[in-house]
Amino acid sequence: MSLFDLTGRVAIVTGGNRGIGLGIAEGLAAAGAKVMIAARDPALGESTAARLRQQGGDAAFHITDITAQESCVAMVAETLRVFGRLDILVNNAGIMIGGPPEHAMLADWERVISTNLTGAFLCAQAVFPAMQRQGGGKIINLGSLASSFGTARGAAYASSKGGIVQLTKSLAVSWGPENIQVNAILPGYIESELTQRAELEKPGSFAAKLARTPAGRIGTPQDVAGAAIFLGSAASDYITGVSIPVDGGYAVQI
Amino acid sequence: MTEFSGKAAIVTGAGSGIGRATALAFARAGAAVLAADISPQSAGETVAMIIAAGGIAIARTADVSQSADVSVMVEHAVQHFGRLDYAFNNAGISGGRPGFDDFDEAIYDRVLAINAKGTWLGMKFQIPAMLKTGGGAIVNMASVAGLTGVGAFAYTASKHAVIGLTKAAATRYAKQGIRINAVCPGVVDTPMVARAAANNVAAAMPDPGLIGRAADADEIANAVLWLCSEQASFVIGHPLVVDGGMLAG
Repeated sequence: MSLFDLTGRVAIVTGGNRGIGLGIAEGLAAAGAKVMIAARDPALGESTAARLRQQGGDAAFHITDITAQESCVAMVAETLRVFGRLDILVNNAGIMIGGPPEHAMLADWERVISTNLTGAFLCAQAVFPAMQRQGGGKIINLGSLASSFGTARGAAYASSKGGIVQLTKSLAVSWGPENIQVNAILPGYIESELTQRAELEKPGSFAAKLARTPAGRIGTPQDVAGAAIFLGSAASDYITGVSIPVDGGYAVQI
Repeated sequence: MTEFSGKAAIVTGAGSGIGRATALAFARAGAAVLAADISPQSAGETVAMIIAAGGIAIARTADVSQSADVSVMVEHAVQHFGRLDYAFNNAGISGGRPGFDDFDEAIYDRVLAINAKGTWLGMKFQIPAMLKTGGGAIVNMASVAGLTGVGAFAYTASKHAVIGLTKAAATRYAKQGIRINAVCPGVVDTPMVARAAANNVAAAMPDPGLIGRAADADEIANAVLWLCSEQASFVIGHPLVVDGGMLAG
């Protein structure tokens, strides 16, 4: 048995049908967890769950809009109905709307904050009763390099991701006595649709980030999944309120 | 569990507390372990525990503040195991917590020599050994005292130094395949903390966090093993806090 074994645990991964979220869903399933993929796109969500099942995992999909409280509550109810318990929430779903802050539309600002920050909060609030009833749980929030650093063309994104770090600490402090550990992962530059789009919008993004990354490579969703497996496992039961960069050393080099 | 089968690890301060727990954990995970301690007897006890459990280990006496000791320790590991993949530079002392005015200069020097210089010396000899087989992972023992100011000021200074050394070394050797990180425990149930408590340090010790108990040494060992594992493949230069939420609130 592995130190980081998740057999018997049930996880929800929001946005688990693409990019980093997909990598995390695959990683948790490979470590033995049953995975509920909660996302907006039913076709992609269903096919992802089917693929995880083909790979030997146990997975399901539930259409979810994390910006709507009742949708988050339904996501939890469906997870309990399908899998009978809930141990891990991965708040991964997020969006980026790039552009200079002086021209940002209020609607875009609000969409980014309501998805990345409010959505994470609503999902955490929705899983709390089940985790409390079970005597504990794990909440893993996805931040970003933008949790720690300014982003020239993403003020709303960076604000939402900075907020994730404070949300993480506050939930950790609030729910520590309930044996719910709440931590964040701060991915660096990871190969995904989001970063590929950023490269298209602003060519040279990859090269600039790579030059500052001590590891000398861009990260993969699998790199991020390794941190999620640890934070979802009993091996991290004394870790709460922390944010772990998975960034190839980007945050410690100038 | 055999995630580290065929690999070799050095653990300093392996004769007690977190060092012993981590040496045992590495061995359980399949690694061959060189257990180093300033006390030959306690290093030997750790090795006996590993061997009794079916693992592979050798003992080595080392004062990590002495270059010759550290150099020979690393050589010894490579000679016996043919390689070096992981190192946990854990050996450390607290030095007590008297005031700035009555702190003994010799104790200050000793705390910095073991905790800070010892960490540098460890990496100095471990890195070339790891490069010979294409890389590895190093974890240095810091503390929440490496991120905040606790009453034991020499200890605090030394642990801030450990984090600085970790970041600087991590950025330098990442491309060559060596990942270097640190762990920052809060209050842990170990002989060092018990001694400090016995010296009436407990009154000034911070609340042991939201979890309402001290960490078990095994919980720090878990974090060290994770940082050494492939699951932490893109974690570099990070001081991982394992404090039960002490710093979060």
